[in-house]
Amino acid sequence: MGRKKISVDRRSFLKNATVGAAALVASPVAAAEAVANPQPIPAPRNAAAPLPPLPRRGEAQLATAPATADPNANIITVDHPGSDFMVDAFKAVGFEYLCSNPGNSFRSLHESFINYGGNKNPEFITCCHEESAVGMAHGYFKIEGKPLMVCVHGTVGVQHASMAIYDAFCDRVPIVVVLGNFGDAQTRASFVNWTHSAQDPAELIRDFVKWDDQPVTLQGFAESVMRAYKTAMTPPYMPVALVCDTDLQEFPIPNDPTLRVPPVTVDKPPQGDSGSVQQAAQWLVAAENPVIVADRAARTPGGLALMIELAETLQAAVVDRNGRMNFPTRHPLNQTERGGAAVGNADLILGLELTDFYGIVNAYYGDIYPRTRSLTKPGVKLISINSNDLYLKSNYQDFQRYQAVDLAMAADAEATLPSLIEAVKKLITADRKRMYQDRGAKLAAAHQRILAENRDLAANGWDASPISTARLSAELWNQIRNEDWSLVSNCQFVNRWPLRLWDFNKYYHYIGGEGGYGVGYGAPASVGAALANRKYGRLTVSIQNDGDLMFAPGVLWTAAHSKIPLLIVMHNNRAYHQEVMEVQRMADVHERGITRAWIGTTLIGPSIDYGKLAQSMGMHGSAPISDPKDLAPALREAIAVVKSGAPALVNVLTQPR
Amino acid sequence: MRKSTMPPSIGFLERAALRHPMRAHILALLALILIAAIVAIAFAALIFVRPSSAAEPNKPAIAKQAQNPAAASAERGKKLFTSDGCYECHGRAAQGGVGPRLGPDPLPLSFIEKYVRHPSGQMPPYTAKTVSDQNLADIYAFLKSLPESPKSKDIPLLNQ
Repeated sequence: MGRKKISVDRRSFLKNATVGAAALVASPVAAAEAVANPQPIPAPRNAAAPLPPLPRRGEAQLATAPATADPNANIITVDHPGSDFMVDAFKAVGFEYLCSNPGNSFRSLHESFINYGGNKNPEFITCCHEESAVGMAHGYFKIEGKPLMVCVHGTVGVQHASMAIYDAFCDRVPIVVVLGNFGDAQTRASFVNWTHSAQDPAELIRDFVKWDDQPVTLQGFAESVMRAYKTAMTPPYMPVALVCDTDLQEFPIPNDPTLRVPPVTVDKPPQGDSGSVQQAAQWLVAAENPVIVADRAARTPGGLALMIELAETLQAAVVDRNGRMNFPTRHPLNQTERGGAAVGNADLILGLELTDFYGIVNAYYGDIYPRTRSLTKPGVKLISINSNDLYLKSNYQDFQRYQAVDLAMAADAEATLPSLIEAVKKLITADRKRMYQDRGAKLAAAHQRILAENRDLAANGWDASPISTARLSAELWNQIRNEDWSLVSNCQFVNRWPLRLWDFNKYYHYIGGEGGYGVGYGAPASVGAALANRKYGRLTVSIQNDGDLMFAPGVLWTAAHSKIPLLIVMHNNRAYHQEVMEVQRMADVHERGITRAWIGTTLIGPSIDYGKLAQSMGMHGSAPISDPKDLAPALREAIAVVKSGAPALVNVLTQPR
Repeated sequence: MRKSTMPPSIGFLERAALRHPMRAHILALLALILIAAIVAIAFAALIFVRPSSAAEPNKPAIAKQAQNPAAASAERGKKLFTSDGCYECHGRAAQGGVGPRLGPDPLPLSFIEKYVRHPSGQMPPYTAKTVSDQNLADIYAFLKSLPESPKSKDIPLLNQ
């Protein structure tokens, strides 16, 4: 056992390796055969079994090799690299998939996953960009409720990944990011390895991960894997990062009988204290017009059920900020589409996991010197339950403007809801219950009024070409409403039409948006969410912004390659339309050149054929559709493809918003 | 990557104004009432009573141009609606988007002129320096020329 020792020096080994590689390149038939007849996957080592005694690098004396100045010069194979032990640790946590773009700073770990680990739990998902890999993990979590791991190459890989990590951080999504790094200068084998090495590789993303570590031993690595998972999965959820040193991966597992993978433990989510919960319940029961505003309140399907129970118990209005699927869109107490009126009429507002409480109770206005005005009545009571108050970073300002409240619980909303509901139920009298019934009836009427109004608004421009976003949404709803569907794209960019028209009532019906509003999230997150939905047989749908897709369209190939069923309906407005409006605004304010806002903001001349782009990646892709009458047949055709287990794209030329 | 597409920060009141553009208009009118009661009454009449041309006696040439097909061109207005950026928020068919629906059957030109010159909500200002009275009249003619949309109750896809 242990490392094989043969009498070739390093120069000879490299020379031989080069010849071997050249022979493989020169023999495509052999390469094809290798793909067609892969070697069997080696049996995984039993993690509980004792490790074979292995000498540390530098300890071995070469029995047959001539003496050289470097005792390691003739070592060319390793039976049990440290990366095998790392795989044991990652498997002990349990990751279904590993999303990654390959890089040699984690080549040993990569090889251990696919051979020693059998490429299962996690299964390697080949991504064409680190941003796509992280984005997929982002979308996956919001469906599955479990994090994925992502391996990124040292330095350049983490630079690619950084925006997507920031989005996940802002969206409170846990991801375990593993960064390869050539830590020891002595063992960097090329100038590229130097270029891709760093003293502190995680420094680049430290401002937007919850925790990071750079372990220097395998035991330390295993324990840091457990701590990483536990930290990421304690609300507020956030990404974490582990630096994975190349020597630690590639050198043999040391002969250390104490080396072991510890079990993982996860913290229970923090609940609001009993006194504050009781106070909140008293105020809620006494309020005449309480409004529950939720952003990322429901972490799980159970959270959605608790939100319904609290609202129905109080017959209180609910305004959903849609960071998650917090409340059914057709529920009579859902007042989201008249949120301004509800907040303006409230005498108590309960904010649950709000990103921006200030923005709920104030309105911004003005272009050059933005100002705010209060939206609430004098004397309104404000209650906050927010796990974000438990953990704050300094540099990036995603924490929004400070809002004073009457009662703040630094706690997880979903974990606090059961005790709050129980306290509320105990306090409700028969008189209050009668009043609640009247209140609920009025809210139900208002809900119906707004739904009818939205339908009237959707009829405007019904036959317009390019196709209105309302028409697109209505046509899509008609095709999927009798399926077990899941919409995994942000509705903000299609004027929220699906949320205004469709019946969202299951947790996986909606997953919110980017978190950090970084463009490039939409495509990979929808593919990742579809990956999570695949085993449940759900019809996953995304309304895909054109500008977003063009950041890293290679994720379409990943969807096709990994056979991820996903219906992508392009919202092809041929622009970074938000920026069109922003530049237009400046031209208007500056009183000049108001016809030139398209410069630098639009994707015209040439038009991008997204159907052909999809086809080039091995997917179904439709011709451009600009006549609304052509939309239904194209959707039907694409859905048939998706139901067969593959992704499909429908290219719809749309109105701006 | 490095970009943000954060939509313009739209508070609840602002969203309500977009949904019910008249509310924003009413706010603008209240300010005018404080300045000159007589003028405010005139504007209120313009807003709450959809006027005939005779109801706008004090409006300058712009209003007359819009009422006069020979002077205001819907065809030219359609091009201006795109080139001047109106479509960006209101949709290419003026059906509404980030901003409210503008047509068909638009609000009175006198009000629209007042609002685009001195907007009170999220809309940026379009001063006479960037959109002339003539151009505004043409845009208004385009809005008036738009065909009626179907009723939602007649569209099965909007009733499910």
